[in-house]
Amino acid sequence: MTAPRAAGSGLYYPKMSPTWWLSRPGYIRFMIREVTSVFIAIFLVILLIQVHKIAQGPEAYAAMVAKLRAPGWIVFHVVALVFALYHTVTWFMATGVIQVVRIGDRQVPPALVVAGNFVAWVAVSLFILYWLLARS
Amino acid sequence: MSPGKTIEPFWWSLFSVGGVVAAFLLPVHLFLHGLAIPLGWVSLSHARLLALVGQPVIKLYLFVLIALPLYHCFHRLRFILEDIGLHGYRALLAVLCYGSAITGTIATIWVLLHI
Repeated sequence: MTAPRAAGSGLYYPKMSPTWWLSRPGYIRFMIREVTSVFIAIFLVILLIQVHKIAQGPEAYAAMVAKLRAPGWIVFHVVALVFALYHTVTWFMATGVIQVVRIGDRQVPPALVVAGNFVAWVAVSLFILYWLLARS
Repeated sequence: MSPGKTIEPFWWSLFSVGGVVAAFLLPVHLFLHGLAIPLGWVSLSHARLLALVGQPVIKLYLFVLIALPLYHCFHRLRFILEDIGLHGYRALLAVLCYGSAITGTIATIWVLLHI
C-alpha cells in the first residue's frame, strides 16, 4: 500500500508503470480486492437513500424498492454481495494472522481465531435476520 | 505536528474499524436491502421499518453501519489511485477521498436526524 518513506520533505516512489499490477496474478487479485471497495461504497450510499426514503413515507419507500427491482440493480447487488463476502472472508483470514490471542501464556492457534470470527459473523447475521423478520 | 508524526494512523484506524464493521455487518444487509426485499423474498412493512429507524439505538447502529465503512472504502480508493501512478497528486487524492468520506458522514448524520 504505502511506499517506503524517505527522510525529509518528500516521499520516495520507485518508477512504475500504471499497469504494474498486471504483471503477476497475485498483484491482479490485490487490485481486484481493492476495487471491490467501490461497489461497497455505492451500496452504502443506496442504503442511506433507502433510510431517507423510509423517513419520507410509504409511497417514497415503495417507489425506491420498485426501482431496485430493475435487473441492473439486482445484478449490481449480486456482484456487491459477492464482493462483500469476499471482503469478510479475506478480512477474517488476515485477522487470524495479525491478531495474536493469548490465553495465559499460550497463544491461541490462528486457525481457531479465524474460526471464532466466522462463528461470530454467522451468529450476528442470523440474529439480524431473525430480529428483523421473525419479529415483524 | 512534530517531525516524523503524521495523521496517517488516524485514517488507518478508521480504515481498520470500518473494515471490521463491513466484514461483520454488510453481507446480511446487502442481501436483505439489495435483494431479498426488492425481489419480495421477505416482507418487511414500511410501518415496522419506520418504527425501527426512529429509535435512537437503531440510528446509532445505522451510523456505525454506513459511516464507518465509508472510511474503509475511500482509504482503499486513495491507495488504488496512488498505486496506478497518481503519486504526484498525493495531497489532492487524500483531500478528495477523505473529503468524500467526511461528506458521507455528514449526509448520514443529516438523514438520521431528519427521521
